Order: sequence, then C-alpha cells, then structure tokens
Amino acid sequence: MKHSRTIKPKTSEYVFQGVNYVVLTLLTLLFLIPFLIVLSTSFVSSAEYARRGSLILFPQKIDFDAYRVLLTQGSILLNAYKITLFRVVVGTACNLLFTAMLAYGIAKKGIPGRNGIITMVFITMVFYGGLVPSYLLVKSLGLVDSVWSMVFPSLINAWWLIIMKNFFAQIPESLEESAFIDGANAGTVLLRIVVPLSMPIFATIGLFYAVWHWNSWFDASIYINGTTKLPIQVIMRNIVLSMSNQDLNQSVLADMATTPPPAATVRSAVIIVSTLPILLLYPFLQKYFVKGMIVGSLKG
Amino acid sequence: MKAAGGSSLRGRMARYRMHYALMAGGILYFIIFRYVPMYGITIAFKNVMPFDGIWAMVTAPYIGFTHFINFFRSYYFWNIIGNTLAISGLKLLFGFPAPILLALMLNEAWGIRFKKVTQTISYLPHFISMVVLAGLVSTLLSTSGGVFNEIIKKFGGETIYFLGEPKYFRTILVVSDVWKNMGWGSIIYLAALSGTNPELYEAAIVDGAGRWKQTLYITLPSIAYVIVIMFIFAVGGLLDAGFEQILLLYSPSVYQVSDIIDTYVYREGLINMKYSFSTAVGLFKSVIAMTLIVGTNALARKMGQEGIW
Repeated sequence: MKHSRTIKPKTSEYVFQGVNYVVLTLLTLLFLIPFLIVLSTSFVSSAEYARRGSLILFPQKIDFDAYRVLLTQGSILLNAYKITLFRVVVGTACNLLFTAMLAYGIAKKGIPGRNGIITMVFITMVFYGGLVPSYLLVKSLGLVDSVWSMVFPSLINAWWLIIMKNFFAQIPESLEESAFIDGANAGTVLLRIVVPLSMPIFATIGLFYAVWHWNSWFDASIYINGTTKLPIQVIMRNIVLSMSNQDLNQSVLADMATTPPPAATVRSAVIIVSTLPILLLYPFLQKYFVKGMIVGSLKG
Repeated sequence: MKAAGGSSLRGRMARYRMHYALMAGGILYFIIFRYVPMYGITIAFKNVMPFDGIWAMVTAPYIGFTHFINFFRSYYFWNIIGNTLAISGLKLLFGFPAPILLALMLNEAWGIRFKKVTQTISYLPHFISMVVLAGLVSTLLSTSGGVFNEIIKKFGGETIYFLGEPKYFRTILVVSDVWKNMGWGSIIYLAALSGTNPELYEAAIVDGAGRWKQTLYITLPSIAYVIVIMFIFAVGGLLDAGFEQILLLYSPSVYQVSDIIDTYVYREGLINMKYSFSTAVGLFKSVIAMTLIVGTNALARKMGQEGIW
C-alpha cells in the first residue's frame, strides 16, 4: 500500500507483510500444482512407471511417447482440433457479427421499437426455455449432427450484447451524424466509424466468445452423435473421464508396436494437449479479460 | 438525429430502415432460439412421446398438471431440491468469502510485481474448461496413481475411490469450484479497493489505528457495497449448483448426494426421453429461478444500485 510508505513502517508491519507473502505464495502454488502434476505425469514412460510406481512428481527422463501416440494414432484428436478451430474461428466471427449489429441498433435511442427489443432480450436473461425444448428445436431444425449446432443456438449472449450496446451508446452522436450528412448509410457508419472506435470492446467480447467456444462441450455432446464432428473438449471427456483403461488401450493405443505408455500418462497428455493453447495465449490476453470483467460488472 | 424523414412514426421507421436491417438477424435469433423453446414449454402440460414427431409438440392435447403432480409426489423431488440447495449453499458459504479475502490480502501486499504475478496465476483456473477441471480432479483423485491415494498408500492407508464416496463428493465439488473461481472473482473487489481514498488511511494512521482497525473501519466499509450487491446476485443464482461440473464428475454411487435439478432434467429428458415430464421439472426450476433473480435484482435496486439491468 502506497500510503504506508509515507510513514515509516513498524516492525509489526514487516511481520504482517511476511505472513501475507507466505500465504499468498502458498495459494499461488495451489493454483499451479494441479497443472504441474498433470504435466509431469504426461512425461512418464511405461518403463519408469513399472520401476518407480505411479506417483512420480519428477520423471527422470522426459518421455514423449504419450504425445507421439496422440499425434500419430490420434487422427481422432487431430480431427477434433479442426472442429474446435472451426467453432472458435467461424463461431466467434458469427457471434461478433450478429452481436454487434443488434447492439448497434438498440444503442440508438430514437429507433421506434427499441424498448420492445431490449425487453425481449431481457426476458431471455431471466427465463430459460429449458433443456428439452431447446434440444427438440435444434433437432427439428435439422441441425443435429451438423457443426452449425455449435454455432447458431448460442449466436448471441445477452449479457455481452448489453455490454456492447452500452459501449456503442457512449460514442458521440456527432461523429455518426456527420457521416450521415455525407450520405453514408447505417451499415457504412457501423463499419467505418463505430467499429474502428470500438476495437477494445470487440477484442474483449471476441475473446469471451472465443474462450467460450474453445471450452464448450455440452452442446456438442448432446447435438452430435458421430465422432468425426466432435470438438476436442468432448473427445477429451471421453478419453479422460469415461473410458476405462482397457477401452483406452484398445481404441487409442491399439496399433502400438512397442509397449504403450501407461493410461495415466496418456490421459494427462490429453489434458495438456487440449489446454496448452489457452495456457500459452492466456498471459498475453489476460488484461483484456480483466478490462472486460470490470466494464461488464460496473455497468452491465 | 435531426429532421430528414419527419417525426411521424412511419417517417422515423423509414429513416432507420438500415438499422432495422442490421438488427434483423439478431432479432430472428432471439425469436427462434430463445422464444420458440419458451413455447416448447407447453409440452410440460401434454404427453409428448419421443417418436411422435415434431408436430406432436403443437398438436398433442393438454393434460393439465399431471407431470408436475407426479414430480412433487416422487421420491426424487425432495432429494434433488435438497441436493441443489445444499451444494449451492456450500459453494456460497466457501466460494463467496474466498475472493474477498484474496483481494484484501493482495491489496495489502507491497510488491507490485509480486501482486501482478499472483493475480495472473490466480485467474488461470477460470479459463480452463469444465472438462479440464473434471479431468484434473479425477486424475489427482484417481485410485491408480492419483496423488492423494499415493500419499495415503505411502502412509500405509487403504486406497479410497474419492469420486465414488458420498461423504467426499460434495467437498470435491466445493473445493474445485472455489479453486476455479476464487482468483477471477477477486477482480471486482480489487477494482473497488483501488478506488479507496488513500487520505483516509493516512488520517487513520495519524489517529493511531493499527492495520486491523484500518481494515475494519476503512477498507471493508469502502467495499461493503460491492460485497452486498455480489451477495444478492449470488443468492439469485442459488438454483444453479453447477450442472456441467456435476454431470462430468458424478456417477450412480453418488447420485444420492449430488443429483441436482439440472442433472435430473438431463437424465430424465435426454437419456430416458421423458420429454414432457422433464420439461415440467425444468419449468418448475425456471419459474423459481426467475422469481429469485427478479426479486434479488429488485432488492439491489432498492439499495440504490443499478442492478444487473
């Protein structure tokens, strides 16, 4: 605390700081350790597993067998990555496009019917039609087993729509007006004036949508039956949570000529492989999320 | 905007026709994907069978509240309501104060870099998917090579299948939930804390107030408002006990302590295909949830806060 420095700190202050640092450091370790354990488990070879037993926090030899298996045998995994990439890229693009277009309209105070539209959105924030009716709708639209079932049903998030609307509403009216006078239409104004001025909010909301798509599994698990269109999260659930060791050996490790890596190693490798992109990008994107969180909670 | 198009309703609508065109897609989305399912709720008052075809949802005759009565009378009613409230309540009890404590501790720490690093790491679990969380939990608690069981074995104990034990299951849910959300939840409190006037502390120090008194009389009051509002909203979400988390981690051996309304609706509706019955159960939840949200929001407004809308 800056204010503490204006007056010379007492000894008790140093003691307090010391304790605080220790507790916070331990907490930080608690946040990291689960990842580290899984990471190190993913490098344990079957030889070491047989020799040292199963709790190995520091493998003596970093063994990439599990990853090799996943990359070579795992056409399932590679394919799942493609599906996930599709929903992150195409899904997020659709999300942003439709969210921005609706937000731009309802940010305009003079539009007849604006309150009606906003009310319509609000009602969906407090009342949910329910799992089965939603499922039946997607089914009757013929979206079952289509990759679009991961895009359309969640096209616009009402909360993020409102955040975007509030951002648009802050843009000075005069900027748009001058463009209208020059003969531009609403589409051009949105594209040429509003969007460039709103890059921070597009980055934030876009990231929210992208992470949401990356992490989503439930929609795919109910809407998609075949394995070829399943995203990485569902494949991961199947391998990590549902499969017995025996199933795992038969499906993923079947054609291994040598001794396959232990099941725990393969499971850990799957977790790492499907989390890595987010973990690597996260430090760079973190500040946008925090900004978005604060914007959204102050005036959401 | 001025003139151009006149001020009659029709004139105004004509002037904004391009805006309407832009909004059309979004409006259509809300009607199709949000409002049609609301109409679909009517099947809770009908008897729609899985292979009846989609039009049966519209044409089937109304049978009244049969499904609701069956639900209220069933053994599951109190079980899943109890589980929902118990799990949600425990998460509130431990998950609510945790981010406040973290924010207070971070706020007191001197080192800027240390704070930054701690914050960054504490937000990390928020960004992993529920599947990864479940994967981490089941890996760490596994009977074959999970850290906890290996430690138990080292001390000569018996291996425990934690995820299959009713007495441990709720603890696992709560701990992993707090772990995932604590850091991220602290952001809002840190933002509120950063707005506290430093002069207040200086005055307090001059008056001889120690750290504890400063926290009690300056720091906490300055964020009390945020705490109350966050608590009200947390209560508004009381019926959401963590559907995805439970669905990924539970198994029949722990249904007794972990089957919540949402998981029950999922099993009855999509696995057992009792469409009408499960829709009735879901509607029961939606109505109470709506009452809670609207009520708590009104309360927040009464306190002078803008509310969530």
